[in-house]
Amino acid sequence: MREITFVEALNEALHEEMDRDKKVFILGEDVELAYVFGVTKGLAARFGKDRVRDTPISELGIVGAGVGAAMAGYRPVIEIMFMDFIMLAMDPLINQAAKLRYMLGGQLSVPMVVRTPGGGGVQYGPTHSQCLEAWFMQMPGIKVAVPSDPADGKGLLKAAIRDDNPVLFVEHKMLYKQKGLVPEGEHLVPFGRAVVKRPGADVTLVGVGYQVVNCLRAAEALAAEGISAEVVDPRTLAPLDTATIAESVRRTGRCVVVEEGHLRSGAGSEIAAAIQQEAFDYLDAPIGRVAALDAPIPFEPRLEAFVLPNPDKIAKAVKQVLGAAV
Amino acid sequence: MAAKVKSKSASRSLSRDDYLRMYRTMLCIRRFEEKTDELFMAGRIKGAVHVSIGQEACSVGVCSALNQDDAILTTHRGHGHSIAKGTRLNEMMAELLGKATGLCKARGGSMHIADISKGHYGAHSIVGANMPMAAGMGLAFQLEGKGRVAVVFFGDGASNQGSFHESMNLCAIWKLPVVFFCENNHYAVSFHVNRSTAVRDISLRAQSYNAPGVTVDGMDVMAVYEATKEAVARARRGEGPTLIEAKTYRFFGHSRGDPQFGPYRTKEEVERWRKRDPLLVAEKMFKVTEAEKKAVQGEVAEEMAVAVEFAEKSPEAPLPSALEDVYA
Ligand SMILES: Cc1ncc(C[n+]2csc(CCOP(=O)(O)OP(=O)(O)O)c2C)c(N)n1
Ligand SMILES: [Mg+2]
Repeated sequence: MREITFVEALNEALHEEMDRDKKVFILGEDVELAYVFGVTKGLAARFGKDRVRDTPISELGIVGAGVGAAMAGYRPVIEIMFMDFIMLAMDPLINQAAKLRYMLGGQLSVPMVVRTPGGGGVQYGPTHSQCLEAWFMQMPGIKVAVPSDPADGKGLLKAAIRDDNPVLFVEHKMLYKQKGLVPEGEHLVPFGRAVVKRPGADVTLVGVGYQVVNCLRAAEALAAEGISAEVVDPRTLAPLDTATIAESVRRTGRCVVVEEGHLRSGAGSEIAAAIQQEAFDYLDAPIGRVAALDAPIPFEPRLEAFVLPNPDKIAKAVKQVLGAAV
Repeated sequence: MAAKVKSKSASRSLSRDDYLRMYRTMLCIRRFEEKTDELFMAGRIKGAVHVSIGQEACSVGVCSALNQDDAILTTHRGHGHSIAKGTRLNEMMAELLGKATGLCKARGGSMHIADISKGHYGAHSIVGANMPMAAGMGLAFQLEGKGRVAVVFFGDGASNQGSFHESMNLCAIWKLPVVFFCENNHYAVSFHVNRSTAVRDISLRAQSYNAPGVTVDGMDVMAVYEATKEAVARARRGEGPTLIEAKTYRFFGHSRGDPQFGPYRTKEEVERWRKRDPLLVAEKMFKVTEAEKKAVQGEVAEEMAVAVEFAEKSPEAPLPSALEDVYA
């Protein structure tokens, strides 16, 4: 184990998987120089431009081509420069990749990974700041990974590449420079397995992606006030490990779900529904939710911060949930 | 007084005042972009900015051929087009600085400048998104029958989006009054056009849509103006779209303080293009005198100072305004 950044951890996963399996290749805009966020740095030099290919700005074309290559037995890893642009490729992702194995009677599968940076906090405005994972969580046939630290980033990406089915792999921009301990070499994080990132007794915080980091910050602040918060990271939204979440809630009796997608029909709506199904008798208060407000993400820093979740908002929600029980 | 202008197709209908006005607008764009870059590097402008230094002849050549009620739609690199279309400078600078007085109330920022009152229907930061909208505006203008035209600016990179091809075809089959203006600055971020695009001249793609396609020198404001004038006249006559490709170059990096050259292009390449700086080309072509230059520089500097002061003195946008204009 050594401390590396989230970007370095993802880069390492790509190096290892491309080394391991010649069928793995990369398509994306500016991936050769890794000009924008740097996740694919050094891969073109190492594996050649046949396997690390710069593409024109043609999101529909490259994701569609990824589906085709996967149908033909390859394992494309596609980079979409910002998650917002994935909307240009919804047809190959949802109408094709997510359905082909089922629709063709199981004759083939689509082992494709689409990696993409989501989220705000960098003042890029309404069309470069969205967290759309809830949309994909709703759709049978596509897996959704939302890592929140470098080790999970590496382990989930390696697992995603080896998965025989399509995976949407969401990388929050605010995580890229965060450091953490990451195992060297083989390190796989299985899909559908949540993990307790911080143990606690009074309340369960379920965080999605980067919001796990904000939950940990909130838990730290709450600890100073004598409130013990447990932080659970589902790590993948589809499949979703409701058992681990429910187990935690059964112990704490209270829960706040935190995500950066919009509140309405968010990942938290589904998680809260699962909790009330599986742990209703143990709940001492209504489940709290913190999410982006239901407005586009404005560009100006103060307005943006007003719309997005943060540790303060999480701590407030926790106090509300605790107060509601009294 | 009519000046002799050395450009293959120099217009006889323009006066010396018109030429000086074009030169002045180009200089205004240059100074605005320099100021923007400076404010970004100083941390006073947040987010993403993409300056258009080197491409001023495209903005001014096109917009000089338009009426105020004609429409433009532009891109992430849209400050120049905005200024050339008459966008209010003070309110534009206020938007970049994220103030309540900004054109978009601090919600859109640099990549989403719009001034509907001037026929500027927005910078659109999703590459290729503006072209179908231009087709739709063209359709509305055709139905309306008042002879208005929509011009859409886009880059070499954007010409590889399906939206370009779908929009060109729609405009061609319905003979919509739309001008497709492609600023081929040879790069999409770090990706050279010769690698991204199968044809050497993007204008060739017009043939697939049975529309005229022309390539012009994007560093020569008059060449751009003449080509646009012809395309606009054709659109107003109901003859449909034209694709204009201007070969040009961005002198700065792709965005927000990127290096001006390397790792994807050489210093020599940048310097070669800088010799054809559109401002220098215009000064020579219009025979701008030292006295005229000085006067224009002074006026533009004053305008910039006023815009920055207006922006800086403007109030911050109130937090609840982040939830206004949300209706569902
Ligand atoms: C759909 C979409 N894909 C990718 C991007 C990221 N991006 C922003 S600008 C740019 C390059 C655009 O190149 P070009 O069209 O030539 O315009 P230029 O930047 O050269 O002015 C890219 C890839 C985006 N904004 N939208
Ligand atoms: Mg370009």
